[in-house]
Amino acid sequence: MTTRYFGQRIKRNEDPRLLTGQALFVDDVNFPDLLHVAYVRSPYAHARIKRIDVSKALERPGVAAAYTAADLGDYWRVGPLLVSPPPVRDIVFNERTQPILAKDKVRHVGEGVVAIVAESRYIAEDAVADVVVDYEPLPVNVDVRKTLEPDATLLHEDLDQNLAAHVIQHKGDYEAAKAKADVVIAREFWYDRGTAAAMENRGVVAQWDARFQKLTIWDTTQAPVVIRNGMAAMLGLSESQVRVIAPFIGGGFGPKIMMFYPEEMLIPWLAMKLNRPVKWIEDRSENFYTTTQERGQWHESEIALSKEGKILGVRDVFWHDSGAYDPYGLTVPINTQCTLLGMYDVPNYATEFKAVFTNKPIVTPYRGAGRQHGVFVMERLLDAAAKELGLDKTEIRRRNFLTPDQFPHNHKIIYQDFTELTYDSGDYEPILAKAKEMIGYDEFYKTLKPQAEKEGKLLGLGLVCYVEGTGIGPYEGARVQIQANGRVSVATGVGTQGQGHFTSFAQVVADQVGIPPDEIDVITGDTDQFHWGVGTFASRGAVVAGNAIHAASKRVRQRILDLASEEFNVPPEELEIGNGRVCVIGDPQKTMLLGDLANKANPLRGAVKPGSEPGLEATDYFGPPMGATAAGAHAMILEIDPDTMMIEVKRYVVVHDCGKVINPLILDGQVHGGVAQGLGNAFYEELVFDEQGQLLNGSFMDYLLPTALDVPRIEVGHHETPSPLNEMGVKGAGEAGAIPAAPLFVQAVEDALRAGGIELEITQIPLSPKRLWELVETTKAE
Amino acid sequence: MKPAPFEYHAPDSLEAALALRAEHGDEAKALAGGQSLIPAMNFRIAQPALLVDLNGVDELRFIRMEGDELRIGAMTTQNTLERSELAAKHQPLLFETVPFVAHPQIRNRGTLGGSIAHADPAAELPVAAVALDARMKAQSVDGERWIPAKQFFQGFFTVDLQPNEYLTEIAFPAMPPRTGWSFMEVARRHGDYAMCGVAARVTLDGKGKCKAARLVYLNVGEGPVDAEGAAALLVGEKITPESSAAAAEKASAEISPFGSVHASPEYQTHLARVLTKRALRRAHERAQAAS
Repeated sequence: MTTRYFGQRIKRNEDPRLLTGQALFVDDVNFPDLLHVAYVRSPYAHARIKRIDVSKALERPGVAAAYTAADLGDYWRVGPLLVSPPPVRDIVFNERTQPILAKDKVRHVGEGVVAIVAESRYIAEDAVADVVVDYEPLPVNVDVRKTLEPDATLLHEDLDQNLAAHVIQHKGDYEAAKAKADVVIAREFWYDRGTAAAMENRGVVAQWDARFQKLTIWDTTQAPVVIRNGMAAMLGLSESQVRVIAPFIGGGFGPKIMMFYPEEMLIPWLAMKLNRPVKWIEDRSENFYTTTQERGQWHESEIALSKEGKILGVRDVFWHDSGAYDPYGLTVPINTQCTLLGMYDVPNYATEFKAVFTNKPIVTPYRGAGRQHGVFVMERLLDAAAKELGLDKTEIRRRNFLTPDQFPHNHKIIYQDFTELTYDSGDYEPILAKAKEMIGYDEFYKTLKPQAEKEGKLLGLGLVCYVEGTGIGPYEGARVQIQANGRVSVATGVGTQGQGHFTSFAQVVADQVGIPPDEIDVITGDTDQFHWGVGTFASRGAVVAGNAIHAASKRVRQRILDLASEEFNVPPEELEIGNGRVCVIGDPQKTMLLGDLANKANPLRGAVKPGSEPGLEATDYFGPPMGATAAGAHAMILEIDPDTMMIEVKRYVVVHDCGKVINPLILDGQVHGGVAQGLGNAFYEELVFDEQGQLLNGSFMDYLLPTALDVPRIEVGHHETPSPLNEMGVKGAGEAGAIPAAPLFVQAVEDALRAGGIELEITQIPLSPKRLWELVETTKAE
Repeated sequence: MKPAPFEYHAPDSLEAALALRAEHGDEAKALAGGQSLIPAMNFRIAQPALLVDLNGVDELRFIRMEGDELRIGAMTTQNTLERSELAAKHQPLLFETVPFVAHPQIRNRGTLGGSIAHADPAAELPVAAVALDARMKAQSVDGERWIPAKQFFQGFFTVDLQPNEYLTEIAFPAMPPRTGWSFMEVARRHGDYAMCGVAARVTLDGKGKCKAARLVYLNVGEGPVDAEGAAALLVGEKITPESSAAAAEKASAEISPFGSVHASPEYQTHLARVLTKRALRRAHERAQAAS
């Protein structure tokens, strides 16, 4: 039989094109009569717009048009609510989404006020300076808790406070559990904002073809089908009149999901209105204000335990910074609520959050999507508990793991996919054991650390655990077609932003049709190639689209067998498929190229049998009943310079269980990228807003992304607990690397400082050498 | 992020460049490596009316010895400098400093003259120039003059150049015998503008005591900060942990850091103390080795 490609460490099909500059990105789309857009954006975080004068801009040679909110007439609108609030009892949710252009007032710096359309981006930017806007500045809300105070100025004046949502969920009875507890630990935590900083910024190009009555939109979106449907509705077109192409995209990470960003809504309308193709490419300065961000949660948390270290209950109350609008509903704070429970058996859980409006850029999911906040809180509480109880930090975790016989495990609270949070499968002790073994846990404390202490070095080890809810519904679909030249075409509705779909999806198909992955062409992100779908987010590509492709491939396989069975006049079980052929077992003469069979299945004369279809092709869909829960443990060793508080990560170990692995090479890459972003969140990256809502570090000079020099070599170990929810047994892995880095990092820092006689507790993230130095100085002074 | 409109000239000789400068004065902004200017123009922080691109002026690219002085043309790239055997041999402090300037890609285009004329208080090369008592050659259609480094840097992005002059050459005099050196900085990531940095020079007398010293800091003032008081404390003393600590303490009073999103003035001052002690130790070791 043929090689099995599923599970192989195969190099990526897409890389030759990407590495040789042959891949199409949105900004590569050009037309001779293309118009360019630049925006006049608000310099204020909160202000009333008193007057806009675009007359001077319109006089500038090369300027085609300038639009204010008023100029949009009936087309002025706010973006749709993308995810409605989940069915939690007594939930409060105030839907306030972003306008296509600011009308009457602006609510964060960078909000678009005027769109200038010109013959070049240069001219458009020159004309931006010609526009006069009179603002009346209003008091600014930046603090996540102060914005709810009675005298806070309202962002949305039709509300009686700056409250976006209020959600309370309960499992069991926390207060009763607390009454019986031997130890109760209460802490406050702050997790600040960061930005995804995708290598490619956002961009939209739209072309209206009046003769074909067809609109084509090239868009850096993770969800082209959703954008097509939305744009068709907004523009009064049928879905077949709109084609959205999400070509190669330089990183999505969540903020490119399906926002209906103001520019996404405006550029296609301009192209139709002006009857010329129009392009807008976000620059990096704009990206810092206008692409959605994440983080910004204040937690007041409590854990109740028995003296053996068993968790009796957890209570967590938090404030979530939504930014100025809440188009993505409650996905981020709900993820926080649910992921906090981690790998642990928490019998009683009381959780409450208030999502609030602030005069800062909008918050929507970014890799981890609120999960890391929950993990930070739980892991920090366990660290404090371990210290209090004199338990080893890994032992307190082990004692509280859900055990294999507890799966599927229903946590009885509502998750982001609206179902009760239920872990499908898991086996956590081996993950912890493997992480300890790989990092050399016992050896570290027996030999390495005492030795380092003697040399005056501050060496610390961290080890934390997490779960990652992945692969949620509702569904994805795929069409698999064998071409006459023997290659396979696979089309699906998801977008792709570097995850390796062109290879891992090909591997799934290859095993069914007996054609190697490099002869399989995967097409993603073109709504004219596949009509149905949802998008790439929540680590769902491999799980949901992957299983749809698997199902379609199986049907194509069956079709090959049926047709060949007729052709050779033998029963299907006497046939085998491989090397691009189908042949009769034991009769080398009876063989046929699959391309030829595909040709035969598409006759030009005669007739296909009634009830059958032409071609070697099948379409299928997959929708899981609920998400698949992946899990893992990260461990690290770091060293702190005792004088400067600069930190060097010496080793980083990841043990991850995402069920069956399609391509370990691609999985490693996903984990590496996630860890880099996680380390960024822990130690390098922080969006620093002042009290006026102005970003103080809005460029890559001061917003510090960890570079190749700052990210350590990452050692990856795997554990495999197949998901029972899908035939391939896969779970998602896109966010795992990023989720636990912050609590891991601070735990290791505390461990290292302990060697220097400094006992402190870190409750804020991100950390920096400056902040660490201040903490250490304060501790010493005390 | 597109620059405002500007006029562009690319002269192929110094004479032609100076003629443009004479004609347009301060309007004629020199384009050297462009690693600071072009981003500033793209942010529209800088909107020069006219760019004079000096990259075609080959006569400003050289590294040579004149007597015991190392002479470097203003348009010599940092990349060339960090590979120069002459620089390694005759100006080891300068040579040690260059790799701290940003990243290799930036040093491929960035020039010595560009960095010095730009006078960013966080830049490394101006600090090395002051620590080494370098001299700057300013040229105009009317002639040339030499300016000592300490006078050349006049504050925040400000240097002693007249509207008709360009910086064309930098001269580094030989270090005295029995001299050790060190350049150290603390940056969030390698290649970032540092939160604090120091160039240290120690010259010993025949008995191993400090005969002369220099301690010059970056990013803790409006330009290179020459801590003369701290250096003076060391003269006549042995370089020990105690004398270094005293110098560090004195230096911490001579600097005036502004703070940034990455470092408070207090943390910068703390780093200055740490770096002073470390750099003096290293410079002292080298001075002893050279004795």
